[in-house]
Parts: sequence; C-alpha cells; structure tokens
Amino acid sequence: MKKNLTLIILGIVCLVFPLVVRSDYYQHLAIIVLIWVIVGSAWNLLAGYTGQVSFGHAIFFGVGAYTAGIFATKLGISAWWGMMFGGIAAMLIGLFVGWVCFRLRGPYFALGTLAGGEIIRLIATNWESLTDGMVGILIIQSFRSKLPYYYIALLLAFACVFAIHLIMKSKWGYYFVSIRENQEAAESLGINTLLYKNVSLMVSSFFTGMAGAFYMNYMAFIDPEVVFSLHYISIMAILVGIVGGVGTIMGPAVGAFIMVGVQETFRSSFFGLAPAWISQGHAMAFGLLVVFVIMFLANGVVGDWSKIKRYVFRIKPSSVS
Amino acid sequence: MDVLIQTLVAGVLIGGIYCLIGIGMSLIMGVMGIINLAHGQLMMVAMYITFVLSSYMHVDPYFSLIVAMPALFLLGCFLQKYLLNPLMKIDSILPENQVLMTVGIGMVLAEICRFIFTSDYKTVQTSYGGEAFFIGNISFNLPMCIAFIFAIVITLALFWFLAKTDTGRSIRATAQDKEAATLMGVNSTRITIITFGLGSALVASAGSLLIPIFYLFPDIGGPFTLKAFVICILGGLGSTVGAIFGGLTLGIAESLGATYVGMGYKEMVGFVIFVIALVFLPGGLVGIKRLIKS
Repeated sequence: MKKNLTLIILGIVCLVFPLVVRSDYYQHLAIIVLIWVIVGSAWNLLAGYTGQVSFGHAIFFGVGAYTAGIFATKLGISAWWGMMFGGIAAMLIGLFVGWVCFRLRGPYFALGTLAGGEIIRLIATNWESLTDGMVGILIIQSFRSKLPYYYIALLLAFACVFAIHLIMKSKWGYYFVSIRENQEAAESLGINTLLYKNVSLMVSSFFTGMAGAFYMNYMAFIDPEVVFSLHYISIMAILVGIVGGVGTIMGPAVGAFIMVGVQETFRSSFFGLAPAWISQGHAMAFGLLVVFVIMFLANGVVGDWSKIKRYVFRIKPSSVS
Repeated sequence: MDVLIQTLVAGVLIGGIYCLIGIGMSLIMGVMGIINLAHGQLMMVAMYITFVLSSYMHVDPYFSLIVAMPALFLLGCFLQKYLLNPLMKIDSILPENQVLMTVGIGMVLAEICRFIFTSDYKTVQTSYGGEAFFIGNISFNLPMCIAFIFAIVITLALFWFLAKTDTGRSIRATAQDKEAATLMGVNSTRITIITFGLGSALVASAGSLLIPIFYLFPDIGGPFTLKAFVICILGGLGSTVGAIFGGLTLGIAESLGATYVGMGYKEMVGFVIFVIALVFLPGGLVGIKRLIKS
C-alpha cells in the first residue's frame, strides 16, 4: 500500500510539474530527464537484466532520430511518423547488431557494440546524399510551447518503464535474468539464450529508437556528432543505468535525474555561483561520479539504497549530538 | 603499381605503431581478462607529456620516450593498484565493473588534459617532421621510418622480457592460468599491477612515436582505444604475437581504404574488417592457427 501511494504521488507530481513550474528552462530539463529515463531503462533491460552490457545504444538512438529526420526532409511527411518507424528501424538495426555481436561474450560484446556505434556514426557522416553528413538535419518544431512535448515524453517514459516492468514479471524476465546469472546453466535448462538475448535487444532498441525520434521532433536539429556520439549518448546511457542502479525498475529513472542534474549544475557553473571555468568540468564530474559509484555503490543508488540508508542513519545521531 | 606499393609502405609503417598499441592492450587482456577502455587516453597522456617536454624544454620527441614510458608505467601501476584491484572484492550485478571503471578513468584523464591544455589542436614541430627519402619512386616518410624502427626495438625488448626474466615468465604464467600460477607462488596481484603498468608504458611509447607525425587534442584517445580493440580481435584475444599481425593488418587496411575508397572511410575500413573477422573468423589469428592444426 505504501509503495502504491508513493507511486501515485510520484505520478501526480509528474503530471502537474509543468503546470506549476512555468519556466521554459526547467521544463526543458524535465523533458531531457524523461528522454534519459527512456534510454536508460531500455539500456537497463539489455544490460542490467539480461547482462549484455552495450556500449552502443547511440546506434539505436541515432537511427531513430535519423529515421524521423529523413521522413521529414526527404519524404516530406511529419517527423512524428518517425516515432513509430524510428523504433522499428532501430529494431531492424538491432537485429543485425545482435547477429554480429552476440557471438561475443561479456566485455567483448561491449566492445563489439562500441565498434558498431562508431561504424554507424561514420556512415551517417559520409553518406551525404541520405543524411546530409555533418550539416545535419533541421526541421521545424510542431509546437511553440514545451507542454505538449513534456506530456508526450512523459507518456513515452511511462510506457517504456511499465512495459519493462511487465516484461520482467513475465516468463521472459526470468529468462533474461537467468541468462545474466549463468548463460551455460540457462542453456542447459532449455532456454534458447541467443533468441532471448535478441528479444531483449529488440525491445531495448525499439524504445531507444522511439526516444531518438522524439529527440528529433523536440530538438528539431540533429547531426551525427550529437545523436551517434559515443560520449553523449552511449556512455551517458550506461552512466544513467549504473548510477541509478542496474537491474532495478526505478534505477534508470533516478539515474537520469541525477545525471541530468549533475550535467546542468556543472554546465551552468553551479547556477552562476561558481567561476565560469567550472562549466568545463561536467565531463570530469561524470568520470569522477562513475569512479565513485563503482567503488562505493556498485549497484547504484536504488540497488544500494539500504546501504545508503544505513550509512546516513548511522551518521545522523552522531552529527546531531 | 607505384600507388599500390606506396600505399602498402605507408600502411606497414603506421602498422608498426599500431602493434605497440595493440600489444599493450593484449597483455592487459591476457593477464586480467578485462578490456582497458582507457588505453587510448593513456596514450594521449603520454602524448601530452611528450608535447610539454618538446615545446617547453626542447627535448626531442624520441628522447622523451625515456620520460614518458616510466611515467605512464607508474600511472598504470597506480590505476591498477588503487582503482581496479579493489573492485575484485566488491560484489555487484554486472561483472563488467572493471571495464566500466576504465571508462571512468579514461574520461577523467581526458578532462584533466582538457583543463590544462584546452581543446585546441597541438602539434610538435621538429626539424625532420616533413622529411622523406626515396627508394625508386616510393617515398619513405622519415619520422614514420624512425617510429617503425623504434617499434620493432621495443617489441623485441618486450619479447625478451617476457621470455627470459622471472617477472616476464610470471606474467605469461598468470595469463595462461591464474590459479595455477598463484599455487606456484606467483603473486598474481603484483603481476596484474606490473602488467597494467607495462601495457601503459607500451602505449605511451606509441604516443611519443606518433607525436612528430600526428596532431594532438584531448579527445584523441577514443579512436585509438577502438583501434587497439580491433587489433586485438584481429590477432586473437590476449595473444601478443597476434597483436603484431593485427596491427599490421589494420595499418595496411586503413591505408588501402584511404587510397581506394576515400579519406572519409579510412577509419571505417578497420571496423568493417573487424566485423568481418568477428563473423567469419572469431578467434582471429590464433583461431586460424588452431583450424590449421586440427
């Protein structure tokens, strides 16, 4: 009951947030957080639950974004169609990535996807007749206000988290976890590990592609260095996952909140309070945060919540007295 | 015909440097079983050390090897001892914690360099930077030839070290079977620290050798990390001899790609070969050898 109450309150807060906070800047931040909730949750399904750590989620994000962008510029139809087809295109690319990369295990799979991300970035940069190369794609935004974008992103994020929640409660979820824990054992119990790894990748790439297409619609400008970026997309997806907590439903949501918070705090030099050069430090803050989280909170904020609570409560009485 | 030979020569020369990068990663992979995603960033640190030495103290880039290699050796030992080894004791869901940690280390290294040197492109001017000599119609870029010779010398020295010294033998033993090596009295924790240092020193030498022919900026590490990985896959994971084969293959392939496909696709050729190798030849050179034997 208590858990349901928290969820309901959280839902209401999410729904009324843009009506209360009218500032464009904070609404923009909220939309970015929601995009990362989707990408982080999708990454978490593949990496956290199925154990296949991907360093190439920019592939799916970028393909989704480019599908939407190419629909708008080359075919002349609304980029919102890309929301559907971007997800499907990302899934198809995901099939190919799976065919190549699932031959590899563990860290080698991670690097296979990383190389895949770089390949597709180079293709997008050099295939100028389709993607306009480094010039990028510019479309006209559908709405002037941020409200519609916020609610679309919220819906998408909710759908994504809820879908993953349902999957993890179904048979598939148990298959995924068994593959993560011990692939040989899972295989010997009759689970088609290759098939279920691909299923996990499909679902993950579909949502990431949708998030990419939404990004295209919202930002109205993309180029290969942004949407196929290793650091800003692939690594960020991993950071969102591990900071929040791999293998938990709410982890990526918490992680997205923390990561975007850290990023913006640094980018704005602690909201203008610190000297301007601090703003260059946001990538370093990311790096230090990763080092810190892996050393002390190996399972992320949500995964190690009991540990944090214990630690904080042990400190509190002594600091009060 | 001349174009082809010229392309091959350029490929082999750059391949020599790729070997150094690949061997370093291969060693780390073999002994610790992890991929060091900070490999390119370590090279970048070495490049900045060389840059500082040559532009402020006017030390020749090749002499700065004497400083850069030990410096990176110590840095590598430090990283392994205080950041990577403690992770072995921590229980977590993802076994790739150490790999993720190297990502974090790489980011921090790149950002520290960006703080100090800004994002500007830097170059080191040397008197011999643009010189070349000719054999027939084929030109040989002088700094690349020197780098190639250095690469051979360093590689030979490494093989001597691995084959003849006690520490080298312990490293090989740990790579083959960690438990058995520990039972034989090898201090495997110490060996991992030395190996990471050694891998860093090797990639540092590659960085110093690249300086006269390459430009330098804080994000240069990423592409080289990927190259190192491609080399290791081509050669067979964890095999040092394979890394030499992988390095030369990648160098030649990139060079051919740049001449016959287009400059923009130069980087991609390496990745395409990588995917082909994964699909048709998982196991790389070592895999081929086993196929022939069986």
